[in-house]
Amino acid sequence: MREFLLGNEAIARGAWEAGVKFVSGYPGTPSTEIIETLATRFPETNPRWSANEKVAFEEGMGAAIGGLRVLVTMKHVGLNVAADAFMVFPYSGTNGGFVVISADDPGMHSSQNEQDNRYLARVGKVPVLEPSDAQECHDFIIAGLELSEQFKSPVMLRTTTRIAHHKGLVEVGERKEVEQKEFVRDAKRFSVPIYRLARRPEVEKTLNALMDYAETCPFNRVEHSDNKSIGVVTSGITYQYVKEVMPEAGVLRLGMTFPLPAKLLREFCSAYQTVYVIEEGEPFIEEYMRNLGITNIKGKEIFGVIGEYSPGRLQNALALGDPPEPYTEGVNLIPRPPMMCVGCGHRTVFAALKQLKVTVSGDIGCYTMGALPPYEAEHTTFCMGASIGVAVGLEQAGHEDTVAVIGDSTFIHAGIPPLIDAVYNKSHLTLVILDNSATGMTGSQQNPASGKNVFGQEAPKLDLESFCRAMGVGSVEVVDTWHRKEIVNTLRRAIAYKGPSVVIARGACQQLPEMKKRNVISFIVEEELCTQCDACFKVWCPAITRTDQNYPVIAANECTSCTVCAQVCPTDAIKLAEAFA
Amino acid sequence: MKPYSLMFAGVGGQGSLLIAELTSLAAVSAGFDAKQTEVHGVSQRGGSVETHVRFGEKVHSPIVTPGEALAVIGLEKLEALRFAHYVDPKNGIVFINDYELIPASVTNAENIYPHETVEYLKSKGLRVIVLPASKIARDLGDGRMANVVLLGALSTMLPIPLEVWEKTLKLRIPAKYAEGNMKAYKAGKEMMS
Ligand SMILES: Cc1ncc(C[n+]2csc(CCOP(=O)(O)OP(=O)(O)O)c2C)c(N)n1
Repeated sequence: MREFLLGNEAIARGAWEAGVKFVSGYPGTPSTEIIETLATRFPETNPRWSANEKVAFEEGMGAAIGGLRVLVTMKHVGLNVAADAFMVFPYSGTNGGFVVISADDPGMHSSQNEQDNRYLARVGKVPVLEPSDAQECHDFIIAGLELSEQFKSPVMLRTTTRIAHHKGLVEVGERKEVEQKEFVRDAKRFSVPIYRLARRPEVEKTLNALMDYAETCPFNRVEHSDNKSIGVVTSGITYQYVKEVMPEAGVLRLGMTFPLPAKLLREFCSAYQTVYVIEEGEPFIEEYMRNLGITNIKGKEIFGVIGEYSPGRLQNALALGDPPEPYTEGVNLIPRPPMMCVGCGHRTVFAALKQLKVTVSGDIGCYTMGALPPYEAEHTTFCMGASIGVAVGLEQAGHEDTVAVIGDSTFIHAGIPPLIDAVYNKSHLTLVILDNSATGMTGSQQNPASGKNVFGQEAPKLDLESFCRAMGVGSVEVVDTWHRKEIVNTLRRAIAYKGPSVVIARGACQQLPEMKKRNVISFIVEEELCTQCDACFKVWCPAITRTDQNYPVIAANECTSCTVCAQVCPTDAIKLAEAFA
Repeated sequence: MKPYSLMFAGVGGQGSLLIAELTSLAAVSAGFDAKQTEVHGVSQRGGSVETHVRFGEKVHSPIVTPGEALAVIGLEKLEALRFAHYVDPKNGIVFINDYELIPASVTNAENIYPHETVEYLKSKGLRVIVLPASKIARDLGDGRMANVVLLGALSTMLPIPLEVWEKTLKLRIPAKYAEGNMKAYKAGKEMMS
């Protein structure tokens, strides 16, 4: 049977078929749909959202050495968080099959950097599989679990945004239950630090075996051409672009990009006059080939390291064509940047921070848009959890007016140790936790503060305020995030407080199913009372537009009844539709 | 045979992804190979969304190359302008919904909206077809079906039979909306006859 599946759905389907019995991960584009698909379609794989990627990886390690087949999912930067575990797991090796998804994001469509995780895999000596289409997403996850068991090694399946987020036809099969492997207490294997010296040679032994395997493995494929002038070495989605743009070229498609097959690469290159190495991201394959002493190759000097590849980009680089550019000349092609949603509770907080003219140390989430107009009230953002540490550092550098802002999911993910540190080192930190009961930016997934699990069922809900108090935060206040004046006043008090303080701005994410399902009475504008002062437009709510007579008008089907525009109207011209009728 | 390439452009929440998906599914059901991919920014809503669809005997790249699309389907004028360069300038058509979604930067007088999009694209020698899809959909009872009106118009260019479209719509659209959407589809198709 064939299904039309997203790369991520194909991975989920493959994992289910392969008898996976434990799945953990933390949301992150472009990996999120794997666990979402498992939760809705394949619950017998036992999926969950973990608190962060390190926890997810460690839970996965435990389940795998305990004998289950395991899948762990994360985006590329998630592997940085999980790296401590990732780097040491090969020292013990696994018992049940273990595959970790690293979803890389060339082009940084939804990420803070463009790191190429094949290098992390090389540091950790973990084999890497890279599918070239949705079918291979499905096939490689199954084969990857088998490979993992064969070599007792964790395996990385590296996708990229285009692989994870494209749909194609996939021949699917049925689930095969796999017997749980026996777990034997074996400290000499699983207590790595103590027995590290004995384990170290094992890592090399496994790697050497994998290097031999790579030469003939089914993941790599040679498609020779009669025309011996041009050959191409490629992997991942780029293979498809090569087939599109250079249909006559001989191709070595690498489905396993670590370890690389030295002999196969040498053989292939000796058959062609010139070999193009076409890989998105860093010159990972190319550098290896150069180190082997292969000289008839061209790569990054033509194709570049920055951004996502496409057939058009290859045409351009190879002087095979010059695809048209967007129409910009003589017309005002204005941008349409992403925005906070209608009724998003983050708006009021950034309006208040702007009004208070403080320095804001931000974090990763929908609220990162607080750096954009109209607020421009977020002055630093780096990586998850950094808001707090950076604010503490800025305070040490004399910038005591700094306020740190973090979302509930990000706080749980990486904000707890830095808050403990701020208390311990006697910082005067002011921290705002934007508690919208969701991991909003990645699609409003559940997290430990939302009181729901991955299936949407009731789950223990972390009590953020008691938790902060227990950490020793002197002032903890909770405020309704849609109440503008309250937010400003609460923030003023928190900033003035001598000692670490936390303000929890609470209000559910508008994208949560329960918020969307609500019956909402929308607000409307009474034009007779409106003086066209434009105060409501300055809320930048996407539901408010102008009529031909320049009055504001609120789209009734979009209004969430958040009340913020009514709060800013100086003449009370914005009213509940019900009151008006 | 070179694949049929299509570019669907709109604003998050307008349903461009849905009609792209319906097109892919119809193509698959008509026996073609198909690939589809979506490009959108970091946020859930409100930003531009582009969806690429390619189908044919065998499809390699899911990404459409600028200048090769048989049709660009713009659910909104500014978004049609943003992706118009994807159309094959000789044989392609730019379908534009006669509808403007004004970005907040324009409402707040920081940007000026390019109301002249249609004339501009025509002056570049492109074949542009403007359809009152939003109005038709509103007249049929739900403005959100503008996407399916455009799909009806687009379908007249594609080698997929009517029965397959009907079957696909029925399969993919929840029962209580199916009838309305079938009407929207047919209204769009009639606009082209
Ligand atoms: C290490 C890492 N993991 C995952 C992500 C993907 N990601 C971006 S923002 C975000 C969480 C946002 O949730 P929250 O902090 O609650 O803020 P919200 O978006 O709900 O406002 C995640 C998981 C990331 N950028 N880095």
